[in-house]
Amino acid sequence: MSDSSTADEVVSEKPKVSKIHEAVIRIAGNSQDGIQSIGGFLARLAGRSEQEVMTFMTIPSTISGGPSIFQVRLSSGEVLSSGDEADVLMAFYQHSYDNHVDFVKEGGVILYDTSHVEPREDLQEKFRHIGCPISSLTVEAIGGTAKDKGKNIFALGLVARMFDLDSTRIEGLITERFKGKPESVTETALSAFHAGHGYPLTTLAEIYEFEDPKARDTEQVVCTGNEALAYGILAAGVRYGAAYPITPWSDIMELLRRELPKYNGIFVQAEDEIAAVSIAIGASWGGRCAVTGSSGPGIALKSEAIGWAVMAEIPLLVIDVQRGGPSTGMPTNVEQSDLNIACFGGHGDSPRVVIAPSSVEDCFYTAIEAVNIARKYSTPVIILTDQAIATRIEAFGMPNLKEVCQDISPDLSPRDDHKPYDLSSADGITQHVAPGTFIKSGKYPVVTGLEHNEMGHPSGSPKMHTDMTAKRRSKLQALGRELPKPEVFGPEEGNVLMVGWGSTQGSLREATERARKTGDSISSLTIRHINPLPEGLEDIFSGFNHVFVVENNDENLYGYGQLCALLRARYCDKKIQGINKADALTWRVKDVLDRVKSKLEENK
Amino acid sequence: MSATAEVERKPLTKKELAADKPTWCPGCGDFSVLALYFKLLQNRGLHHEKFATVAGIGCSSRFPYFVQAHGAHYIHGRALPFATGIAVSRQDLDVFVFGGDGDAFSIGGNHFNHCARKNVNLTYCVMDNNVYGLTKKQTSPTSPIGFKSKTDMWGAIDKPINPMQQAISAGATFVARTTHTNPKHLLSMMEAAMDHKGFAFIECLSECTEFYDGAFDSSNPRKGGEFKEISEDHDPTDENAAYALAEELVPGYFGVYYQISRPTKQDKEAEVNSKFLEKTKGMEDWEILQQNFNKMK
Repeated sequence: MSDSSTADEVVSEKPKVSKIHEAVIRIAGNSQDGIQSIGGFLARLAGRSEQEVMTFMTIPSTISGGPSIFQVRLSSGEVLSSGDEADVLMAFYQHSYDNHVDFVKEGGVILYDTSHVEPREDLQEKFRHIGCPISSLTVEAIGGTAKDKGKNIFALGLVARMFDLDSTRIEGLITERFKGKPESVTETALSAFHAGHGYPLTTLAEIYEFEDPKARDTEQVVCTGNEALAYGILAAGVRYGAAYPITPWSDIMELLRRELPKYNGIFVQAEDEIAAVSIAIGASWGGRCAVTGSSGPGIALKSEAIGWAVMAEIPLLVIDVQRGGPSTGMPTNVEQSDLNIACFGGHGDSPRVVIAPSSVEDCFYTAIEAVNIARKYSTPVIILTDQAIATRIEAFGMPNLKEVCQDISPDLSPRDDHKPYDLSSADGITQHVAPGTFIKSGKYPVVTGLEHNEMGHPSGSPKMHTDMTAKRRSKLQALGRELPKPEVFGPEEGNVLMVGWGSTQGSLREATERARKTGDSISSLTIRHINPLPEGLEDIFSGFNHVFVVENNDENLYGYGQLCALLRARYCDKKIQGINKADALTWRVKDVLDRVKSKLEENK
Repeated sequence: MSATAEVERKPLTKKELAADKPTWCPGCGDFSVLALYFKLLQNRGLHHEKFATVAGIGCSSRFPYFVQAHGAHYIHGRALPFATGIAVSRQDLDVFVFGGDGDAFSIGGNHFNHCARKNVNLTYCVMDNNVYGLTKKQTSPTSPIGFKSKTDMWGAIDKPINPMQQAISAGATFVARTTHTNPKHLLSMMEAAMDHKGFAFIECLSECTEFYDGAFDSSNPRKGGEFKEISEDHDPTDENAAYALAEELVPGYFGVYYQISRPTKQDKEAEVNSKFLEKTKGMEDWEILQQNFNKMK
């Protein structure tokens, strides 16, 4: 907690009230304790209070049981990452305490359940320990039948008290959350909350109050990356899709399945990943760009079909919510190791568009951008997100839905003539006419995965293959020329440029700010458009002595992560080097800076 | 949906329906299927843009190139899910899927079962020649035991799939067998399949003269065989009877083994949607989405 103003006078029998700018709260327990919902409440409260918020969570890949954490960072100013260190750790069990105590800032608060946790003697000086019989008091408050249930809401009450949070608003959120359930459920939850809020934190000498956040022009909404992406897909006008369940992608398909009927759309749960992508491609051929999605292993299964869509030049939206790999890997952890399969996972020369959103808000707008690129260039577009961005909660400005929502209904108006693969088209960009379109010439197109002539009929001509391969390539080169040049975060010239993509943007930006405060000349750059890359990156790189590509993946056989290898291949610049890690956890700001430092040492 | 002005358009001629010259070998059974598909489209007065022809990979799957209409030549084994996509999103079209035994029962076997159980409203015609033809004589999932191929030079050893039984047990609502050597019967099966609402599956025995000559002679009267039509006494709604009838090894009986009426995938989805559409009636799409965003405030 960064104290930013003088503490209030200590009034007798009343805890000291400190004004704070931000706080990182880590709640550790087991997956069935409802830890995610405490985090969810805090995040939504922050959004309503116009505070910035970012969360981070891990859940075990088992159905029930297993350690789980939820971390929430609340701030009156801008939040870039979920935080390196916790100001407060709430530990439900001994393992929660043991595994996360090192994550607490020196002098931080550890709030623990005395029914389950025995705090370490040697740490009494380092942290402020506050014991509370959370389990037994919860049972007392809501009755014994609710074994282990309601503990989370009790804990929420404690946190609300400690941070002087708006309890009326929290009560409102609790009531909303249990809307539609029997009234007794809401009452029980409220009782648990009041019990926690009213608990005399006698050992708590200090409570905290957030500074008033800067007033915003727009209303805030709070959601996860997966939700933002799914709603973006709806806003983009997509009305058909298909998928097979896989973590952490499934949230998106569940949301689309639930919402699409309101728009008279259909989301099909397919028998497997290959069927899913095929159904989506079939629907896209019907004239309206459709969506499929998955996580790593599922994307591998879809690869042949995506190659067909490249060859047949059919628009398609593919979402890859990356997780730890290869194979089944670490289903509930984060990794950025699918860049290669996204960009190069096709057999044959099959260039495709890959975009990586870098925040929850960006997920929403990227969906719309991706659909528009898919339609304009008549090609599959892959959106690469990851477990971290998919599950974290952020607050962002309410989108102007009236403005961004679009209608992409098929155009079935009659044509005089139509060549689906017209080689004389500008930049090789052609669009299909969907079945149902009357073509007056009587010549109808076939869409195909065989090399074909301009009408889509098979051709084994070497010249045709050369020309058609060039067509499929040049349209993506044209896209590359149209993409906006990314903006450097920090000065455009200096010693080190850290380059990242996707969910690491926040950590890299925070690292940039922290480094600059101590006088280090570091800037950062997020590349959203992974394939094709935008033009002009070389100009940006020329402003720096070192270009370090920080990724959440392995350094691979030759010392470069996946984006790093792509950038080196394109720019042949030795100063482009990789900073990688494969622990399947998000990058901490401190670790980024330490690694930059040691990389600079290596380069001396 | 279509903006086509319905000026008097004459039914299409065979010439107008034909596109590329078929690449099949002389004597291939697939020629009959193509000719009778044209006949079906002509009889039904379907215009070019009112239907979609979809296929996977294999000799028979070259089909869409030979038809002058909107067509898709998709990847091996996945024609059914591709066709599902077009069939659920464009219910104004008649969707026909063509393929071979490898496509349907081997690489695409999973999709066959699921398309059947979901009762997706489309017509699926499998041209079954009991051999892999395009790759030049390997064992197919319907090759009989003992069939000598390049992958079973001593004769096939694995039990072949029984397409009729598999379709029935998977939940197909129209299951029929026909043969390329009886055009009249083939056309009548195609017509019945097209008229059927739901997943209509036809297995058309289609001889590969190159790699499995004479495979179905025992059902061809011109080759001294007998064309055994399913008796009029057979009740096609009787699942057990249909299953029993299919016990007879290929070529077996010809006609409709099984046909029942069950709501299609499209019907069931529309039923779900109708409940939601009542609530969103008169709302713009962005207003529906705004409701979600308001909840996230």
